[in-house]
Amino acid sequence: MAAFQYLAVAIFLFLVSGFWELQIKSPEIYNERAERNRIKALPIVAPRGKILDRDGRVIVDNHSSWSLILSRENLREDHLHEIADGLHLDYDDLVKKVRRYRNRPKYEPIILKEDLSPSDLAFVDSHRDPETFPEMELIESQRRLYPESGILAHVIGYTGEISESELDNPDYAKYDQGQIIGKTGIEKQYNETLMGIDGERQSVVDNLGREREVLGIKEAIPGKNLQLTIDLDLQVVAELTLEGKRGAVVALNPNNGEILAMASRPSFDPNKFAVRIKNKDWKELTSDPGNPLLARATQAQFAPGSTFKPIVALAGLESGSIDEDTTFNCPGGATFFGHFYKCHSVHGSVSLHKGIAQSCDSYFYNVGNKTGIDNIAFYAHQAGLGSKTGVDLPNEASGTVPSPEWKLRNFRQKWFAGETISVSIGQGAVTITPIQLARAIGGLAIGGVWHTPHLTVAAGKNDKPHEWALNPDNVHKIVYGMYGVVNEGGTGVRARIPNMEVCGKTGSAQTVSNDYAKAHPGESFKDNAWFVGFAPCYKPEIVIAVLFEGGVHGMFGAPMARDVMVAYFDKKARLAEAEKLKQSPASALMSALTPRSTGVPASPLDSNGQAEAPIPH
Amino acid sequence: MFFIILAICALGVLQIFSATHDTVWQGAWWKQILFIAAGFLLMWIVTQIDYHALMLRVYPLYIASVVLLIAVLVFGKRAFGSTRWISLPAGIHLQVSEFAKIVIILLVARFLTELKSSDVLQARDLLKLAGLIALPMALIAKEPDLGTALTYIPILAVGVFLAGMPWRYWVAIAVVALVVVPIAFTHLQDYQKNRIVSFLDPERDPQGTGYQLIQSKIAVGAGGTWGKGITKGSQTQLRFLPVPHTDFIFSAFGEEHGFIGVMFVLILYFILLMQVVQDAQTAPDRAGMYICMGVGALLLFHILVNVGMVVGRMPVTGIPLPLMSYGGSSIWSTFLMLGLVNSVRVRRFVN
Repeated sequence: MAAFQYLAVAIFLFLVSGFWELQIKSPEIYNERAERNRIKALPIVAPRGKILDRDGRVIVDNHSSWSLILSRENLREDHLHEIADGLHLDYDDLVKKVRRYRNRPKYEPIILKEDLSPSDLAFVDSHRDPETFPEMELIESQRRLYPESGILAHVIGYTGEISESELDNPDYAKYDQGQIIGKTGIEKQYNETLMGIDGERQSVVDNLGREREVLGIKEAIPGKNLQLTIDLDLQVVAELTLEGKRGAVVALNPNNGEILAMASRPSFDPNKFAVRIKNKDWKELTSDPGNPLLARATQAQFAPGSTFKPIVALAGLESGSIDEDTTFNCPGGATFFGHFYKCHSVHGSVSLHKGIAQSCDSYFYNVGNKTGIDNIAFYAHQAGLGSKTGVDLPNEASGTVPSPEWKLRNFRQKWFAGETISVSIGQGAVTITPIQLARAIGGLAIGGVWHTPHLTVAAGKNDKPHEWALNPDNVHKIVYGMYGVVNEGGTGVRARIPNMEVCGKTGSAQTVSNDYAKAHPGESFKDNAWFVGFAPCYKPEIVIAVLFEGGVHGMFGAPMARDVMVAYFDKKARLAEAEKLKQSPASALMSALTPRSTGVPASPLDSNGQAEAPIPH
Repeated sequence: MFFIILAICALGVLQIFSATHDTVWQGAWWKQILFIAAGFLLMWIVTQIDYHALMLRVYPLYIASVVLLIAVLVFGKRAFGSTRWISLPAGIHLQVSEFAKIVIILLVARFLTELKSSDVLQARDLLKLAGLIALPMALIAKEPDLGTALTYIPILAVGVFLAGMPWRYWVAIAVVALVVVPIAFTHLQDYQKNRIVSFLDPERDPQGTGYQLIQSKIAVGAGGTWGKGITKGSQTQLRFLPVPHTDFIFSAFGEEHGFIGVMFVLILYFILLMQVVQDAQTAPDRAGMYICMGVGALLLFHILVNVGMVVGRMPVTGIPLPLMSYGGSSIWSTFLMLGLVNSVRVRRFVN
């Protein structure tokens, strides 16, 4: 019996030590866990900022929607099957998602599905009671609403849930699991501006997740609106000219680098990405031979063809290897180093003006041969070809301007003199992007100032243009040649606009070498059509580059550029008209009679009734 | 002894009130008071009965218990996944296994006092006794209620220890246990396995069976030295703590009254237990001693397993804390046992 007493003492000491350990040694740990148990934080999702065009018209908006979150305190794995069924989610994905959160604090909820459909909502409403699936919780959130039919899709990009690999990337350290971030385009580039700071609602809950008391609400800070330099009026025209084609249109103001329109086709619907892209849609997009996800304006790299000739002419003139009167004979081609290089026609005696206007290959073979690859590469580089323009979009392609030094570095091979001849007409290893072409020719046309193309007003403030003083006479001669292309029966007549001085240059570039085409006789390798134009010729306000993949000849690119230019100058005329009306006494009276309660400065478009009221930003 | 029992019961009622005051169980504290009052009456009645008279009728009682346990399995009321209760008129559900314990205590006492060679326990007798106990145990384990079934073992263990079982038997039992337990484990119900696994590593499945242990530890730890006060424990009040008025009542008590309150109650239990041991020492005969020690062993086992579970040092078994946990069967069987002890005690000067 004494033994029993000792045993009792031992057992009681054992129990007391248990309480000692929990209650005296480390009660803080358990206190904190008890707090965490009872306090639930529900995220209040901050809406992303809107994206506006240069006139303040809304391009990307949000609409409110419901998201379903799983409160992990009440989560039971055996419920997942039914929840997945009810919401038409993949069960395995759901389980994987829940597992991923395993090491995170319990009070952090999982965002399960966004933008619930009415049938999802009905399922949640009928099953979220404490007896069935108490882990389901609804929160209001904002869903991105992109323009339909893929307008501006490549510029704006899309958003999506931060991925595993992004989470591991130090650049994304400030973001957290489950957050929606910009994935491409402007959405990615300006994610920090557009993304707000999520708020939080803290409340006391019981073990079934029923709210007992609200402790505090930290309001979400909405993201800031972002105004683009894009003009929707021009953008729509640019998109329409590309309809059914593959290619890109870039229109920018060469005097400050503001991009007025930038379109790329084929396009995609970013709304499919707004929540989470369906597997089927993703496969369709990525397996499409047209590659709709490629932002051609900044990412397509092709040989520029004859649109490169103004640069070769510039190199020739500036280096002094030719002058305006230098003439070469074109009997339908020219022979260099024992090899005959063809021209598309017989031009006879060709000088600079005729060479550009008629796009005579023989002339440029000779210019290139005389000027040398180093001079050509030098001036191409000055014009920003073969390197990224620095546009405020992610993943810009750089293109290539070849030179002996470049070839040695990349291929460890000597430069062949014959390659210079090909480069002279924009073939060979030269590749550029549409945006590079617009910038290069625009900068050349204004006399040697190359602004950084940009899409937001804010980015324009940091613009440090690249300058290389060009001889104004030389610039004038080249521009005059490009005037001839459009206005003197050259290849770009289709870009002509009555009463407007339009200059331009077409390009028809082979996509594969002649040898390759011969080796694959069954396939068709249509030439890419290029066109670059600007207006007015001697005081350009707008420069437009057009890439029409498989367009066969540059002359088919010219009317596309013309359409955008017409839209630009029409709008300008309308605005001037409206301005004039405004200054007349009658309009002054009208505006006095219509008070502006918003306090927003009047947009010039308003009086014209052309645009919606600008949204304050 | 009366006042110690009363004090423990009162604290139990208080805690039941605090844990259930805004739930569907909110009338439980009042029912518990009725159970306790009836319990005191039962204790008084048993005290009046000579325990020898009960021991004479132990075999009919034993057979009745076994029949009732079979009846539970056949006609019993199912709740929480097992069949443990038998319904009586007036809405009372009795847990037969709780009352069968008392019969087992009496059975062990009678069996051991009737042994011929009083010095050393023979293996044959041990096996016979073990067999008698194993039958109701098996029936209870079948309900399934392994926890309650296990409470029969300490009664037997203390009994045979006092009967002078040779140490080599203990060794033999230990060896057999080492072999049988792993085999038995594979035959356990899934929920039983889970409970044991989650006891060993509660964080492994914090939403499942480990949940109760974790929540209980959080509740106790959050109580700290002084506790959070009556009706102020968040774990208890917001129901993170499972069944805070029955099996986990001591956890709720620990949260709301802290280390100081816990010490107070544990000391009360200890005094009560020592009182029972003293009654065994002063018992007029071996039968009285066996009865008292059987009761003591059972109480100690209940306290060890229940309170040990509360601090996360024992697996979840569903064994109530005597005198505190809500429930008529548990309260009455405890009072009946204490009545037996009293019956022995009031006859200590007889002869």
